[in-house]
Amino acid sequence: MGRIAFAMLLALLGSPAYAVARYVKLPAGTFISALAAPNGGPQRVHVAAFWMRVEPATNGEFLAFVRAHPRWQRGRVLPLFAGPHYLAAWRGPLTLGREVRADGPVTQVSWFAARAFCAGEGARLPTWDEWEYAAAADATRRDARRDPARNAAILAAIQASTGSYPGAIGRHRADVYGVRDLNRLLWEWTDDYAAMFPSADSRNPGTGPSLALCGGSALAFFDRTQYALIMRVAALAALRPSEAAPRVGFRCVRNDGE
Amino acid sequence: MKHHSVAAAALTLLFATATAAAGPGSLSAYSASGKSGQALPVIKETLVAPPDVPAAIHRDYPARVVVQLETKEVVKKIASGLNYDFWTFNGTVPGPLIRVREGDTVELHLRNDPSSHMTHNIDLHAVMGPGGGAAATMTPPGQESVFAFKAMRAGIYVYHCATPPVPMHIANGMYGMILVEPPQGLPPVAHEYYVMQGDFYTTTGYKYTGYTTGAHPTPLLAFDLQKMLKEQPTYVLFNGQEGSLIGDHALHAKVGDTVRLFVGDGGPNLTSSFHIIGQIFDDVQVEGGTLVNHNVQTTLIPPGGAVTVELKTLVPGTFLLVDHAITRAFMKGALGQLVVSGEPQPELYHKVSSGPAPADKAGAF
Ligand SMILES: [Cu+2]
Repeated sequence: MGRIAFAMLLALLGSPAYAVARYVKLPAGTFISALAAPNGGPQRVHVAAFWMRVEPATNGEFLAFVRAHPRWQRGRVLPLFAGPHYLAAWRGPLTLGREVRADGPVTQVSWFAARAFCAGEGARLPTWDEWEYAAAADATRRDARRDPARNAAILAAIQASTGSYPGAIGRHRADVYGVRDLNRLLWEWTDDYAAMFPSADSRNPGTGPSLALCGGSALAFFDRTQYALIMRVAALAALRPSEAAPRVGFRCVRNDGE
Repeated sequence: MKHHSVAAAALTLLFATATAAAGPGSLSAYSASGKSGQALPVIKETLVAPPDVPAAIHRDYPARVVVQLETKEVVKKIASGLNYDFWTFNGTVPGPLIRVREGDTVELHLRNDPSSHMTHNIDLHAVMGPGGGAAATMTPPGQESVFAFKAMRAGIYVYHCATPPVPMHIANGMYGMILVEPPQGLPPVAHEYYVMQGDFYTTTGYKYTGYTTGAHPTPLLAFDLQKMLKEQPTYVLFNGQEGSLIGDHALHAKVGDTVRLFVGDGGPNLTSSFHIIGQIFDDVQVEGGTLVNHNVQTTLIPPGGAVTVELKTLVPGTFLLVDHAITRAFMKGALGQLVVSGEPQPELYHKVSSGPAPADKAGAF
């Protein structure tokens, strides 16, 4: 079931350790999104087969990327595409420093930078639907979201993660597709996040439920028990695509058959 | 709506980024010359931790009051020997009481601590505007949002975080109060205190026996979603901690004082039946509005609501603040102390006698 690791060779990368990103195939499928349809009801979503990175992009991989693409280096990037927090934890534009592990997930990257990285390996950011579809799984089930113990475990893991840096990749079992760390480690950029989540500082009050408002956010979710997912939506919705946050990273996907 | 073209979204947000570049700083610049052309004097609000309250306002003119709040996620004691990961305004539960005057313009700065996990925002019930400010203050970790509002109605109001999942942000302690004084101010009193009730949902229950006081590290109770959904809290607390108003932390007054309490309920779920054992509230500002009720024993405070209570402490002694849904006081922590010192007042209260029932009476039965 799509467990063949897909190896992609990245051009221009200096270090062979980061030259290959592993992808696995997720089969096509249909699921009910935790996000409500515009009428407040359930939203049945069909997702075509696609390939997803087994792990989120790492600091080491991102360092190789900015080496190869100097216009994405901290200090060189246009402020319109990456704000003042961009890669702020790194010691220098091309130095991680001792605190930032090369094999740890890269964070403090803007949405624009994440997109550019994925394009650089012939991939793209997942749509929210693709991300949510993948993240519904656990180690044995494609849709484990009805299991209160699973939901509680994810919520507890998020709450328990303290400190300035995200945890390490690969501490938990891969899910049924072979993908790791979708739910516990990071908030991950999705390609269409800005269009999906009503903006926090809405310039059009009264147009649909606003996530920022106390009651409005209740209307935005069909499954209101998915607290870890609701937190994720709140975390992403508050960000402009040029902004970077300490717990926001990403992983890439590829269309099937490319 | 879900499938907007990505390019369009990116463009919209590019625009948003460009306009945002003007940034918070521009707000003050704008304020310096109001519509009338008259600049309001700028006052930086001095905030204090509960149960203390900022000093009364002695102003007869409106000002631009700058309030600096910071959302912080802090591990702190919830009960003896037990910690909890609170989400707070300024590190305390409740957040500091904000004190302004009707007619003031409040410039509220909301910073989110860089080490926060969560995005946070603020919804103040004293605001007339979308989301009570929530729409303007969704703030990711490490950033700051600023918005301004005119405090148009005197009263005592709750503020809280309104970031989804809202019930969890509130259950973790993200609430506080704002007092909008009437233009003529409030009558002077001997003491003012600030108390907020909240219900907490932890994985292990009240007086969890698995701990020993002084254990290292101190056991950390986790949030329990299922208990919150069932509205069955493990703790019901004043000011976010069992014992926050007990012993060294008790509220104090002297015989003959008038005490003013600003009492709110952060919730998220339970309504407080607020009572002080051995006292009668002389005045209760019902629901925080302009209606004042007198000689009240127990006043209802709904989640997201607040009252101002005034009482005269006539007799010395220790008086217990409780939620008179009394299981919560005895079994879940909703207990505080008001200690009144001074000379006994036997004409108002004294004990006559106790001991074995007199023999002649006893023999009669
Ligand atoms: Cu919050």
